[in-house]
Amino acid sequence: MQESGAFTPQFATSAITGILWLIPVAPMVASGVIALLKQPRRKLAAGLAIGSLSISLLLSLVAFCHVVAGWAHGSVIREFVNFTWFRFGSSTVDLGWVLDPLASIMLVMVSFVGLLIFIYSVGYMAHDENFTRFFCFLSLFAGAMLGVVISNSLLLLFMCWEIVGLTSYLLIGFWYQKPSAAAAAKKAFVTTRVGDVFFLLGIVWLFSQTGTLLFYNHGVGSLEGLALVNLLSQHAGLGLSAAGAIGLLIFAGAVGKSGQLPLHVWLPDAMEGPTPVSALIHAATMVAAGVYLVARVYPLMQIGAAPGGTTTALTVVTWVGASTAVFAALIAVAQNDIKRILAYSTISQLGYMMAGLGLGGVAVGMFHLITHAFFKALLFLGAGSVIHGCHEEQDIRRMGGLKSDMPLTFVTYAIGMLALCGFPIFFSGFWSKDGILEAAQHWDLSKGPFYLLVFGALLTAFYMTRQVCYVFFGHWRGHGSAHESPKVMTLPLAILAFFAIALGVIGTPAWPWFHAFLSNRAASFDLHGFAEPGLGLLMLGSSCVVFAGLGLGWWLYGNKSPKPEAPDALEKSAPWLWKPLRDRLYIDEFYGVTVIAFYGWWARVADWLDRRVWGGIVAVIAWLFGLWARLNRFLDVDWVDGGFDKTCEEISSGGGLLSRVEGGRVQNYLRILAAAVVALVAILLWSSRP
Amino acid sequence: MTGVTMGINSPLAGYLLVAALLFAIGLAGALVRRNAILVLIGIELMLNAANLNLIAFWRYGPHPEALTGMMFAIFSIAVAAAEAAVGLGLVIAIHRHTDTTDLDKMNRMKG
Repeated sequence: MQESGAFTPQFATSAITGILWLIPVAPMVASGVIALLKQPRRKLAAGLAIGSLSISLLLSLVAFCHVVAGWAHGSVIREFVNFTWFRFGSSTVDLGWVLDPLASIMLVMVSFVGLLIFIYSVGYMAHDENFTRFFCFLSLFAGAMLGVVISNSLLLLFMCWEIVGLTSYLLIGFWYQKPSAAAAAKKAFVTTRVGDVFFLLGIVWLFSQTGTLLFYNHGVGSLEGLALVNLLSQHAGLGLSAAGAIGLLIFAGAVGKSGQLPLHVWLPDAMEGPTPVSALIHAATMVAAGVYLVARVYPLMQIGAAPGGTTTALTVVTWVGASTAVFAALIAVAQNDIKRILAYSTISQLGYMMAGLGLGGVAVGMFHLITHAFFKALLFLGAGSVIHGCHEEQDIRRMGGLKSDMPLTFVTYAIGMLALCGFPIFFSGFWSKDGILEAAQHWDLSKGPFYLLVFGALLTAFYMTRQVCYVFFGHWRGHGSAHESPKVMTLPLAILAFFAIALGVIGTPAWPWFHAFLSNRAASFDLHGFAEPGLGLLMLGSSCVVFAGLGLGWWLYGNKSPKPEAPDALEKSAPWLWKPLRDRLYIDEFYGVTVIAFYGWWARVADWLDRRVWGGIVAVIAWLFGLWARLNRFLDVDWVDGGFDKTCEEISSGGGLLSRVEGGRVQNYLRILAAAVVALVAILLWSSRP
Repeated sequence: MTGVTMGINSPLAGYLLVAALLFAIGLAGALVRRNAILVLIGIELMLNAANLNLIAFWRYGPHPEALTGMMFAIFSIAVAAAEAAVGLGLVIAIHRHTDTTDLDKMNRMKG
């Protein structure tokens, strides 16, 4: 019997897999060390954070190359190390990490984007008093996120997932002196917790059915054949197998984390945090964790599908994703806060990813995740640069004309914006979005998601054009004068901009390297990929949609620089549409009058019960005990004490009386003696009389 | 008493009566006088009354030929002499200390 909790690797296939745990642990250790630093040790804190993440990036690249090399030689790379955490009864709880194409590509993305954002933060947070605390949280976040990526156990993944949630809370509320930031942090924490409860239910169900939470474990992991067949054979009602139901519960966790309908409300408010946080957590990595989770447990959702068909679970994922994509894009149209627009855009794009997973499989969704991570991080960092240059102004109506004041920011922002819109051919967003649209077009169940996603693409192009026109075109409408940001901030922008363009190369239909890599097929360069039936038409159509959106935006907003107080161009032409969009379709208000009102009512009921019912019972019992105590007091004081006191008094006064005999006068003693002798003689005489 | 039964007219009774009288006078002196020296004299009288009893009971007892009563009396007189010496010494010491021999003023003997 081996000791529980002992570190006993069962299996390690290569050196890099053996030390894969270092990737998340390095930033976590750095975070712990930074937490112990004093506030003025800024350089050391930043150095530790950046250095540790550089180690992670280096190891991630090695791991990635290892997987790619294995794949190029035609062997399936899926290496894992498992160990027993503890055992209870006959069950064991195992943890472990895994290296496969999915994990390797996420590792590189997270550590690379994270590193750029760390560097950017050095500039952005340069004047903040709590610089070291910021880097402590950032490092902890990066470590936990990398932990999510390499987990081979749903439990380990859940732990890291929760640490990610915690750091998200800490970072959103980083400026906790602002009441709105503190409230936003709480909202994010509570809202994602709703999803996490379902996630936890899914974990427990999975464990009770399969007895293991490991994903891969030589054929007996929960995502491998035996367990899947077992799960498929059990019916959970509503036409779902146990596998599908568990998959949907886990998906609910992803809905919370990835801001999908209906749990998206926390993400726009999360923009209260510092901008690098918004870029790192609420655009590039953490919100992508939900998508990654769905991709990770994809076999659970997919099992039971006919070839080319779909399952109930995947259909749910698709519809949730597609409706979120359009819903959030609609709201983004009518927002005026530069970061809020990007937040809704992020929700919308996450919807695209989910829809991509549901429609086209892991590769389609993940490709959009990777490209989106780069260009959305770019956009957020660009927005941060704009905010920084405009003296912490976030309202796009009070900006304008920045293309000449901040040229470098403008160029990179424009690249990010075009990538997000899906501008044809040259930008990565075009290829990843087209992959999703193509999958939607070929979906048999319904054409609904396809039309939703196309409409979403139009809206995306429109609201991004509106934002760019407000911020960079026209003339300056703010206070003071804008200035370009320092190099430490613009350099990451340039690097991200490069990838926002270049990443498209690995996912074109002619050379679908990314898809082949994730699905373990050989990739080949073949221009005939473009010649698939309908593909050219689709690409042309989606390009037209993008151009329509761009044109519409430019027509309404281009170079006009309206006064900050003036109504929006769209508001003038369609006020009935504008108002509900500006008010975020009243979702927050809806939750306010339903869920929160219910909780408020329930709290009042509980309060009333507490005061009247439970409080009353307590009061009655207290009164009874008081009565009993008074009775006891009466007995004690008047009876016991009284009797005792009286006895003592008597003894004392008796002693006083007796002490008078002992008066110190010899003759008194003699008198008593004589009297006693007389008495004695008298007794003797009396007793001896005949 | 001692088993010797005699009438009131026997010579022993006369001695005993004298001794009892002597004892009563001594006791009264010891109890009522305030002068410590006079109290001591009373005590001497009581002792001598007891000695007289001893001699009388010996002389008229069943074994007058043995000298036990005489021995008792001589011992008793010796002890009384020693006691009188100690008592007088104490009285002198107290007198030196408090300048009085009044027993009512010597009331510091309580514990």
